[in-house]
Amino acid sequence: MADRFVAAIDQGTTSSRCIVFDGASHVLAVDQREHRQIFPRPGWVEHDATEIWARVQEVTAGALRKAGLAPSDLAAVGITNQRETTVLWDRATGRPVHHALVWQDTRTEALCAELAGGHGRDRFAATTGLPLASYFSGPKIRWLLDHVPGARERAERGELLFGTMDTWVIWNLTGGAVHVTDVTNAGRTMLMDLRTLDWDDGILAAFGIPRSLLPEIRSSAEVYGHARGVLEGVPIAAALGDQQAALFGQTCFSVGDAKSTYGTGSFLLLNTGEEPVRSRHGLLTTVGYRLGSDAPVYALEGSIANTGSLTQWLRDKIGLISTAAEIETLALSVRDNGGLYLVPAFSGLFAPHWRPDARGVIVGLTGFAGKGHLARCVLEATAFQTRDVVDAMVLDSGVELKALRVDGGMTANHLLMQTIADMLDVPVMRPFVSETTCLGAAHAAGLVAGVWPDLDALRAEWRRAAEWTPRIEDGTRDRMLRKYRKAVELAKGWIDEDDEIEVEPA
Amino acid sequence: MAGSIQSLERAAAILRLLAGGERTLALSDVALTLGLAKGTAHGILRTLQQEGFVEQDPVTGRYRLGAELLRLGNGYLDVNELRARSLMWADDLARVTGESVRIGVLHQGGVLVIHHVFRPDESRQVLEVGSMLPLHATAWGKVLLAFDPVAPGELDDGLKPCTPATLTARADLDAECARIRAAGWAGEREEAVEGVAALAAPIRGHRGAPLGAVGIGGAIERLTSDGAFPGTLVAAVRDTARAISRDLGAGIY
Repeated sequence: MADRFVAAIDQGTTSSRCIVFDGASHVLAVDQREHRQIFPRPGWVEHDATEIWARVQEVTAGALRKAGLAPSDLAAVGITNQRETTVLWDRATGRPVHHALVWQDTRTEALCAELAGGHGRDRFAATTGLPLASYFSGPKIRWLLDHVPGARERAERGELLFGTMDTWVIWNLTGGAVHVTDVTNAGRTMLMDLRTLDWDDGILAAFGIPRSLLPEIRSSAEVYGHARGVLEGVPIAAALGDQQAALFGQTCFSVGDAKSTYGTGSFLLLNTGEEPVRSRHGLLTTVGYRLGSDAPVYALEGSIANTGSLTQWLRDKIGLISTAAEIETLALSVRDNGGLYLVPAFSGLFAPHWRPDARGVIVGLTGFAGKGHLARCVLEATAFQTRDVVDAMVLDSGVELKALRVDGGMTANHLLMQTIADMLDVPVMRPFVSETTCLGAAHAAGLVAGVWPDLDALRAEWRRAAEWTPRIEDGTRDRMLRKYRKAVELAKGWIDEDDEIEVEPA
Repeated sequence: MAGSIQSLERAAAILRLLAGGERTLALSDVALTLGLAKGTAHGILRTLQQEGFVEQDPVTGRYRLGAELLRLGNGYLDVNELRARSLMWADDLARVTGESVRIGVLHQGGVLVIHHVFRPDESRQVLEVGSMLPLHATAWGKVLLAFDPVAPGELDDGLKPCTPATLTARADLDAECARIRAAGWAGEREEAVEGVAALAAPIRGHRGAPLGAVGIGGAIERLTSDGAFPGTLVAAVRDTARAISRDLGAGIY
């Protein structure tokens, strides 16, 4: 069965990886390489797209070598990528006109405020599902056109191309023959109409972006073209933004299925079905995936800014623990939080509260409270924040959450996973394949290539490695949630008008 | 290793041996485990004691890590760190063998389960992290008894029978531990629960200090054939133990 293997290329924020899977979704080989993070000024983050393409080729060759396979052994390759990161390049030479602007880069904050003008940040939200914010690609394209000498003129003449990292990788893999993006990536530009799944001319005009720059928007799973070079002849059959790929890899194919990836920050996505749900609580509406000519599947997305980073804070800034895993040991040295509640609004409160004037608080301090209680309330903060986002999703969509599928580094923290199950009052499940992002891209590509016949076959391959079921009494949960909500109220409004310097945009 | 100082190497080995958890060791344990003459071990321990890196219990005369060392930083391997480092390997073991996986460490006279991966067949299973297994009646416990010099001292005087197959005579258990040390792994045949078999191997850190045990458990009909554990299962468990040990800094052994 030489054609049963599928490769996934994950072009991520800090590194590029390639994983080769077999037809039973087992990992055969992994290769990974980091690329430089370029910080020209505070708040500015850039990548060298040429370096990224070199790393992508290296890891792809590396993974094939480790798996002992030739390109002809692969049925297909799927792409997943850091979302929103923006590169403009010369269509004739393939040379980028500037470093890529990374999603975390905040240089377009002023531009976003200007575009919002009297309309507010939700000026394009009805069409795109997104508020005006510096993360998204549209404002980054505009910044490049405004600031790179000659870029606007060259763009007007049709000499330049725009891409998110999926587009950049596919364009290069096909030797410059194919300029496409998928609906999940296009949906993060702020330039796409969520319903028509096409670029919106009104928004393009408002941003001053010529349509000739933009790739063709395709589904998340279809053959875009065939690779040359390192993957000579392999069909490129899927592209998904990283969080959407994780949703797909966690087989969240039904309305009400949700996944949360617990890393430095965390991303929770809920499948809401074939109609986009407009959030009234500041969540993002996004395309979950679209398979070929099937109807698109939409999702609500909520992010939590501080989860893993909170543990790092306890380790690096407070010095209470020496490794991330020790937080659990310390937290287990006490029976409960000792009345301590922490709201980690380090740079304000995000979804669903949206209060930039909030700052972090720890409340309930008594002489009894010790470092174990502090560790415990730090862990519980992640569970409470997850509950906040889930509550908003349920209110927005009317969809009830039945279980939460989790992945990411923090799933090693048993106490945290148990606390999340306790606070959500639903089971929390961890799958065997922790590489859900790559798995999602491989699954989507493998569906197209016939490695798997249908979504049910993929569902059947999702295997539970652990499940945490709620264990606390309703009364205890209610009391803890009530205290956390009181703590959130106390965090609000801490910033005064005259300490504007602290309200630097996130 | 050219230019290395033997007494420092030995001191480091002693500290690592003492750093396996909350534990105390007698001088003879230290000397025996590390293959040192008693006088040599005693001299190093006395020096470490003067430096505050080791403390001696005034009543029992046994040694433990000193407060000074704990203040210096990583006192001992955190069990949650052990779980984080084992996660991927344990998942693979469950997938390859089709059985549930547990990782256990010595704790208060028993084996504390610090990690549990479900049997990958979607049957209803309950997470057992935090539960205790008996030392003398499980594969995990017997691995710890065989390889960790601290463990035998933690056994109760009377070995409680869990099933008719439980080893309850101290001499039988000692002979079993000698077999386990020679083989490098432990088998359990209905000694803790009727109908259940298990297979475990030691996880080691720097210089081979024993840290815990990783193993698979399940229906005896699946785990054994004609009363013996198939070589493929033994190899899978031992490969996993070696892989985790390597990640934790153990040399190839």
